[in-house]
Amino acid sequence: MNASVQPPVAAPAAVTLQEPAAMPALTLTERLRPYAQSVLPPLAVVLALLLIWQFLASGPNATLPPPTKVWEDAGELITDPFFDRGGLDKGLFWHLLASLQRVAVGFTLSAIVGIAIGLLIGTSKLAMRGLDPIFQVLRTVPPLAWLPLSLAAFREAQPSAIFVIFITSIWPIIINTAVGVRNVPQDYRNVAAVIRLRGFGYFSRIILPAAAPYIFTGLRIGVGLSWLAIIAAEMLIGGVGIGFFIWDAWNSSNLSDIIVALFYVGIVGFLLDRLMALVGHLVTRGTATA
Amino acid sequence: MSFLDISDVTIAFNGSRVPVLNGVDLKISRGEYISVIGHSGCGKSTLLNVVAGLLDATRGGVVLDGREISGPGPDRAVVFQNHSLLPWLTCYENVRLAVDQTLSKQMSRAERHEWTLANIALVRMTHAKDKRPGEISGGMKQRIGIARALSMKPKVLLLDEPFGALDALTRAHLQDQVMQIHAELGTTVMMITHDVDEAVLLSDRIVMLTNGPNARIGEILEVDLPRPRDRLALATDARFISARAAVLEFLHHRHAAPGLKAA
Repeated sequence: MNASVQPPVAAPAAVTLQEPAAMPALTLTERLRPYAQSVLPPLAVVLALLLIWQFLASGPNATLPPPTKVWEDAGELITDPFFDRGGLDKGLFWHLLASLQRVAVGFTLSAIVGIAIGLLIGTSKLAMRGLDPIFQVLRTVPPLAWLPLSLAAFREAQPSAIFVIFITSIWPIIINTAVGVRNVPQDYRNVAAVIRLRGFGYFSRIILPAAAPYIFTGLRIGVGLSWLAIIAAEMLIGGVGIGFFIWDAWNSSNLSDIIVALFYVGIVGFLLDRLMALVGHLVTRGTATA
Repeated sequence: MSFLDISDVTIAFNGSRVPVLNGVDLKISRGEYISVIGHSGCGKSTLLNVVAGLLDATRGGVVLDGREISGPGPDRAVVFQNHSLLPWLTCYENVRLAVDQTLSKQMSRAERHEWTLANIALVRMTHAKDKRPGEISGGMKQRIGIARALSMKPKVLLLDEPFGALDALTRAHLQDQVMQIHAELGTTVMMITHDVDEAVLLSDRIVMLTNGPNARIGEILEVDLPRPRDRLALATDARFISARAAVLEFLHHRHAAPGLKAA
């Protein structure tokens, strides 16, 4: 069958001779065009925004520093994120790393617990009736409102911050997992029934893979919320971390540092989101529309 | 005694007073190819689901090979209308999952691997065994669905409008393959269909259901055409034409589609 699909070898030989003339090699500009088309517009917008910012912040009554001033004050922060002079006087890399470590712990916990609870309330009507109303109320509590309570419970900054991340990111994971489980097509359940796949095998081979696209949507929302929560929590808790860095800079009226930190926070948040989407795409082998 | 014995099966959904199916009695012998035909909504698929064990009969029951069925199981493998392959597994893995699940006691690992490949080869899909369902055509998916069902070594093969979603040429090709497999393996088959030609071509007997609700078996037609059957030769065969006419007469004259009658 394969042999019949392959084109005869002899016939196109004459054609290949003329091919270079018919299809000239792409010039450098032509080859770069698709990249330029996606890179140039955002670059132009950034440049325009910088100009507007420069213009607005240049007046005598301006409250915020213009980009030139930011570069002058905080150039070292941008160019060298790795310095460490002991104490809290570290480069942004170390602050971001500390925050990311907290997010990693808190988010991993909430992913494990969230998926487990989501599977439970997706499978059991009784569990859903009991838990869903409570979750619907709790999930609207803003992240920082949990902080005093968790400080009181844990009496230490680190576990409190991790708890805030956990409690913030768990709700979308629970809800999306449960929806994913409830939406597993009846066809797949029938297949499982016919081959008598039950218990753990049924969960691991049918339910989890079928619900995976939903679960990863939940995880993606969750990781975004974690990043939002940690910045806010660290402002109050102190120690090394990008949130506290911003708060510290505010206390010492170092506006340029704040602006640089904000850029880094945004970029890291964006990368976290992309990373989660990529993991989802790989794990679901492209069946997810991530 | 018959191999598959459907007796007095009646199904009413959610306490509805008028049942979908009422008192269906059907005896099927080993190796027989039975088609169940009827208009949409007459409960053909419901009947198949009862035999599969996916649905409980309100009254009556099904006995297979001397044992009353309860719940679904691999002895009554189903080929679903929309193939129902798991999209995250390759064709091989879809069949292998069924083999591992149903035959792990009888076969070693290596034997299960061989058996999986043998069933994929039976439906001539070896070339695409490592593709995922999303990468192959509807006809190929249905062939893998058939391979998966056969791989469970079922006592009865249940086909739920297996060719309904396919184009005419693919359908003819698959019908020929199913006929050939049925001749080779001698599997007992119960097929739901709404295609008259398909029913006559493939079946030993055609069970015609009246319109639902409250559908019953209206008539059973014996198709006594010699096997192997050839669709080209049969197209002009008088026995084929008369069998076809009998089914059409039942479906479109005595029990015309309810919607059409009202109009």
